[in-house]
Formats: sequence, structure tokens, C-alpha cells
Amino acid sequence: MHFDAFDRYHEKESFIHHLDPRVKVVVTIVFIVSNALLPDGAWLAFGLAWLFLLAANALSGLGIAYTLKRSLIALPFALIAVTVLFSIPGKPVANFSIAMWDFVITDAGLLRFVSILIRSWLSVQIALLLVAATRFPDLIHALEHLRVPAILTTIIAFLYRYLFVLTDEVFRLLRARESRSASVTGKRSGGGVFWRANVAGNMAGQLFLRSYERSDRIYNAMLSRGYTGHLYTLNAHEMKPSDYFVTAFVVAIIFIVQVIGRL
Amino acid sequence: MHYSPVPMHIPDGFLSLIVSIVCWAASAAIIGLAISKTNKALGEKQIPLMGVMAAFIFAAQMINFPVAGGTSGHLLGGAMAAIVLGPWAGMLVMTSVIAVQGLLFQDGGLVVMGANILNMGLVTAAVGYGLYRSASTQSTTVKPGVAGVAAWLSVMTGALLTSLELWLSGTSQLQMVIPAMLGVHALIGLGEALITVSALAFILRTRPDLLGADSESAKGSRGWVVVGALISLAVVLISPLASGDPDGLERVAINMGFIDTGLSAPYSIIPDYTLPFLGETAFSTIAAGVIGVFVVGAIMMLVGRGMKAKA
Amino acid sequence: MPISHSKSSFVASREACEGDVLQVRDLHFSYPDGHSALHGVSLKLCEGDKVALVGPNGAGKSTLMLHLNGILGGHGEVEIGGQRLTRDNLPAVRAMVGLVFQNPDDQLFSPTVFEDVAFGPLHMGLPEVEVRARVDAALEAVRMSSYKDRLSHHLSVGEKKRIAIATVLSMNPSILVLDEPSAGLDPRARRTLINLLRELPITMLVSTHDMKLVQELFPRTIVMDEGRVVADGLTMEILENEEFLTAHGLEKP
Repeated sequence: MHFDAFDRYHEKESFIHHLDPRVKVVVTIVFIVSNALLPDGAWLAFGLAWLFLLAANALSGLGIAYTLKRSLIALPFALIAVTVLFSIPGKPVANFSIAMWDFVITDAGLLRFVSILIRSWLSVQIALLLVAATRFPDLIHALEHLRVPAILTTIIAFLYRYLFVLTDEVFRLLRARESRSASVTGKRSGGGVFWRANVAGNMAGQLFLRSYERSDRIYNAMLSRGYTGHLYTLNAHEMKPSDYFVTAFVVAIIFIVQVIGRL
Repeated sequence: MHYSPVPMHIPDGFLSLIVSIVCWAASAAIIGLAISKTNKALGEKQIPLMGVMAAFIFAAQMINFPVAGGTSGHLLGGAMAAIVLGPWAGMLVMTSVIAVQGLLFQDGGLVVMGANILNMGLVTAAVGYGLYRSASTQSTTVKPGVAGVAAWLSVMTGALLTSLELWLSGTSQLQMVIPAMLGVHALIGLGEALITVSALAFILRTRPDLLGADSESAKGSRGWVVVGALISLAVVLISPLASGDPDGLERVAINMGFIDTGLSAPYSIIPDYTLPFLGETAFSTIAAGVIGVFVVGAIMMLVGRGMKAKA
Repeated sequence: MPISHSKSSFVASREACEGDVLQVRDLHFSYPDGHSALHGVSLKLCEGDKVALVGPNGAGKSTLMLHLNGILGGHGEVEIGGQRLTRDNLPAVRAMVGLVFQNPDDQLFSPTVFEDVAFGPLHMGLPEVEVRARVDAALEAVRMSSYKDRLSHHLSVGEKKRIAIATVLSMNPSILVLDEPSAGLDPRARRTLINLLRELPITMLVSTHDMKLVQELFPRTIVMDEGRVVADGLTMEILENEEFLTAHGLEKP
């Protein structure tokens, strides 16, 4: 049973949990777009956006620092933005040299780098909150309502259902490989890279065939329950007046953040 | 046990809004086309098949093999999905995988998801399938080898697109991000290629019908060969040009309104900045790129043959 | 509900039964790869029958079950509730035969329990109110009402098996066809399942290797081997004949 490691949803009875999933998806997107639109160095606006996040965290019942604690997952990618530290012209604030290269960090470069990181850091947090406070099947329903093509939401629903089943199979395969990967003291074990790649590739091939055959059996199970090529779903969600109100309220706040960011 | 993210998923905040929107528009157009094509071509059986295959790609990305120094090779799956399911279905499967990675695991952002889908799902599938299709009537020895080259190039294409998007967003400097991304992904692509080759060789050994003449895999139009060839050619031409002559690309970007002029001042920070491993002139690097592709292709061919012989 | 017992001669179809729920006559089937799986299978089931289907792996049990709602179509006749199975009445007949597959992970393909149990009724074209009522009734029948909003991948194997049964009960079938219901269950989950099968007031054909289950639950047993019905009669009598059981790869419980 491995499902816990994958599930990001936390059961709670909170204001955020009870919002219509559509509202949560839309608010999340609006918030991230707003971050992308804020100019570099709009510190006050970034701060307000963060306060908004803290409030959302608090309202979710997950704890005010819930997303903060998990917000560093996008950090490794920051490496890709490091070059702006040196590439944007401005007043030098620091310099150092590695091997044959001299690096000069400029104030404008620093400003841009920090702004990129803050945007990313804020955006990833609201996405974290979205999945922590919304059951994934409800998220799929929200996508259906928001006119995402049915074929995609259907594939996503299957993907969600079977990713647990298939990753379990992967871990069984990996464990089987592990348990047979013995080594003799003093000798290099495991063969060459190509051999190891071949083992991994065979595992992938095996997993593919098992998955292929599984999809046959699932198809049979669907057929025997009346599937004829068209999929029907019952969608339980209905927008309440409070949902509209929350959406309008959040959009207003974000508008204010944008105005402040441009003052 | 944890979900282990694959590097290349751009998080939110790293692309400008305009680049994000353009990428979403491109992705949406291609996905729309893929949906209309699959709706016409697919049997009712394909729905559960695509769903389970999406889960398969997701799970198969966790299969890794140790390379050296703590690094490991693994599968991204764009080329593989397109090869076993056909290009359009492969694209829809990859789109769903990237969507779930972004939505459920924050592996890749939401507003930039269009870019991630384009880089890792659509373009990889198009290149991967296009090159593979050119050999899909060949023997079972040649097929996996070509698929390996296709897989490697698909990863490089994705990496190049990612670099260009980052640069257009003013997040990275062109001269650095392209060699860095392509350098890293040349290795990642090798892992991708090796796994793709042996996975396909395995499938050809056990269920040759799934990749045979009547399979979805062989039904894609011959036009894909052209698409694949054109994209690969663009990659081979653009990569060295972009690092050798960034000013040219930059002018195009400014003209198209991607980069505001505040950022367009010549990068004057690192004096005498050259990348020794890329050579001096644009021509020499193009030549190097072409040679590299052929060398990798030859290696893949041999590996495929070796694996076939073992079986 | 009373279970109809009729006198049965060993290795013979029961004449007292008209086969009002299910009749299979001289069914032959070969897979596309040439492997021949059924050689003239005939059997009848009556209202309220609870019948075990046993035989070694590869005997054709699963192939036979896939014919009962037309997923496979061989030569011969299958009649459900007096209607002969044809391409045209397939949807209607599928609703009458509740087929539960061996692996509940194949049967439960939706993210939530509710969506899965609702799948059958929804695809029968029933209105939403009726669908919801059917889901509630089916979950109640398998004693899993509180699981309605649960995610399928959070369930234990035993829970999945019971929900899998609910996914076909919601279609109000006239016969329940189960493939290996007790496989992979721990003793407690197996006991719960046996009690459930005993209580469900519905005609049942159950394929299994679990001979203790056969002995405990099913008055009548059909034995298949190499694509043929080799015995059809009272479970008591069949289980007595040790020589016969061994000859067909089975064991006395």
C-alpha cells in the first residue's frame, strides 16, 4: 500500500475545502497570472500576495505555514535563472571568479533574479494549497465544467486511478531487481551502463505489456456495464451564491495587488 | 518512496505571461487537432487504453538505472508514447501526464503548463514519431535503433524549446542556457534513448503485433516523417546559431515583442565570453551537431542490434 | 430467498430446470491466435440457483463467462431470460448479466466509489435520481454505504471486491457472474465475502478454485476441463468422487 506518498489531499472541514472546485481552480490561475504580471521589485505587492496566501492557508484549516513548509520544491529550477544575475546591465554589487571566468552581479540582475524566485515561490504555494484542499476527482470535475475536452479529463481520470496501481507494479519490479543485485566484495557489480539500461528498458517493456493487457480487461469490464463508446458522468457540483461572492472578492483583492504593484 | 520529479518541468514564475500564453495557444491548437484526429480514428477501446497508457508513462518515469556518480538514467516517454500509440494519441497521453504532474505534484507550473506540454509532450511526440515512422516498415533490428535516435532527438528538441522560452521570458541568458540545457539533456536523452530502445526491443520480441503493420503505431501518415525531419533540422541549425550568434535571434524576439527593450541592451557582463566546447563559428558548431546526431544514431543502431542478438 | 434444489444425475444437465435465467447451448469458441477454448459447452441456470464453476486453469471458465454478456461471441447459443443474445439486444442483455471480473483493480476503473457504482446505471440511460437511488441500494446490499465518497485506490482488496459486486448490482441484473471472488483475500475478508454471497438474493454463477467455498455455499457444481463441461450436478456428490476430482486437477476440500 503506497498511496499515502502520492496523495496530496488532506481531509478537513474548512471554508476552503467546501468551496466549489471551479472557484478554487479559477482563483489559483488568477493568482498565478497576477504574479506573472507584477513588475520586478514590486515588493509591497509581493508582500500583499503572500498575506493573501497566509490567509488562504489559515482558512483551509491546514495551518498557516502549511504551504510555506512545502514551498521549496521549485527551488532547484532557480539555477536556470542564475544567469540574469550577471547578464542584466547595472551597478555592480558583488563579483567573484571561477576558473577563467569573472562574474559580476549587478543590482538590476539581483532585482530580477529575486523577483523571479518570489513569483515562482508564491505561485507554487497556491498550487500546493489547491491540491491539499481539493480532492483530485473534484478537480477533474472542475476541469470538465471549465470546458476541458472530455477525452482529456477521461484520460486524466484513468491516469489518476491507475497511477497508484502501476507505480505499485514499478516498485515491485524495482524491488525484484534490487533483491537480485548482489555484489561480491572487491568486485564491481551490476555490469556496464548499457547492461543496466537494458534491464531498465526491459522493465519498462514489461510494464507496458502488463498495462496494455490491463487496458483490455478494463475495456471488458466497461463493456459489460453498458459502455458503448460514449462516457457519461454525473457532476455533483453546483455553484452557490457564496462561491460567486468568493470569486468576485478574490479577483478584487488581486486587482488591488496589481494596482499597488504598479504605483 | 516519493514521487521523483523529472527535470525540465518549468515552474510558474519562470516564464513571462506573454510567452506562457503563446505556448498555451500553440499547445491548445495542436491538442485540438489531436483530439479531432483521434475522435475520427479511434475505436471505443482506445479510451481505456490511452488512460492506462498515461498511467504507464507516469509510472515508467520512475524506472531508473544507475549511470555513474549517483546520477541515474530514466524515461521521459514522449517518443515512446507516440511510437506505441501513434502520434495523436501519444500527444494526448503525454498532455494528460504533464497535466497531472503539474496539478497533483506541482512538478511544473499551471500557467506555464502550456509550455511544458509543448516542450515535453507535443514536440517530443512529433519528433519521436516522425523519425521512427521513417523506419516503421524496416526490420525489427532497425526499428528500435531508429526509435533510440528519435527518443534522443525528442529530448534535445524539448530542451531547446525550453531554453528559448526561458530566454524569451528574460529568465536566462541565451549563450548560457542553450549549452547548459542541451549539455545536460544530451545525457538525459541518452538514458531516454537506451530505455526506449530496449523497451521497444522487448515489446518486439514478446508482442510484435503491437508494433506491426496493422498497429496504431504504423497508422500515422507518412507526413510525420517530414515533420520529424524538419523539426530535427531546425534543432540542429538553431542550437549552434543561438549560442554562436545570439544577436540575430534577439532581434527577431524584440521585433516580435517578446523582449521589452529594457532587457535588450547587449549583454556586456562577462568580457571575452566564449564557450570552448562549442567552437568559434556558427558553421563549425552546425557541423558538430550534425556529426553528433549521426554518431549517436550509429551507436543506437548497434545497441539495438546487440539486444536483438541476445534475445 | 429459497434456493431451488432439484434432483440431478451425475454428469448430466438437470432436466427439472427449464433454464429460465440462463441457457447455453453447444458453445464453441477459438481465440484469434487459433487457441481453441470452448468445445460445445451447454448449461442451464434457474431462478435462484447458486452454482459453482470449477476446473483447472485454462479449462475455459473465464472464456465462458465472457460469452455470457457477449464480450466474446463464439458459435452456439446463449439465452438470457429467454432472450437469445444477438448484436442488437446486447445492451439490454448486458444489464441482465452482472459480470464481476477477478481483479477488482480492473473492475473499479473510476477515481471514486460513487462514480464506479454509478457507471452501469448511467450507461443504461437512467435519469440522475434513479442512478443515485440505485447506487445507494447497491452499496447497501454489499454493506458499504459509508464508502460512497471514498477513493477506489484507498480500499483494501476485500473492500474492492465488495464494491466490485456493487458496481454490477446497481444495474439490477437477473444473474450475477463472479470470477474468482475469494482469490487473494485474507480469512476475515473471505468470510465477509462468503456471508455476502450467501445473503444476496440473486441467481449466481461463480468460478472459483476455492473448494471449501464451493462446499459451503453452492448446492450445485459445474466442472469444466479442456473447454468442456465434464460434470454438472450436486456439489455433495461431485466432491465425494475423489478419483474424478484428481483426474481434472481438483482437490477434495
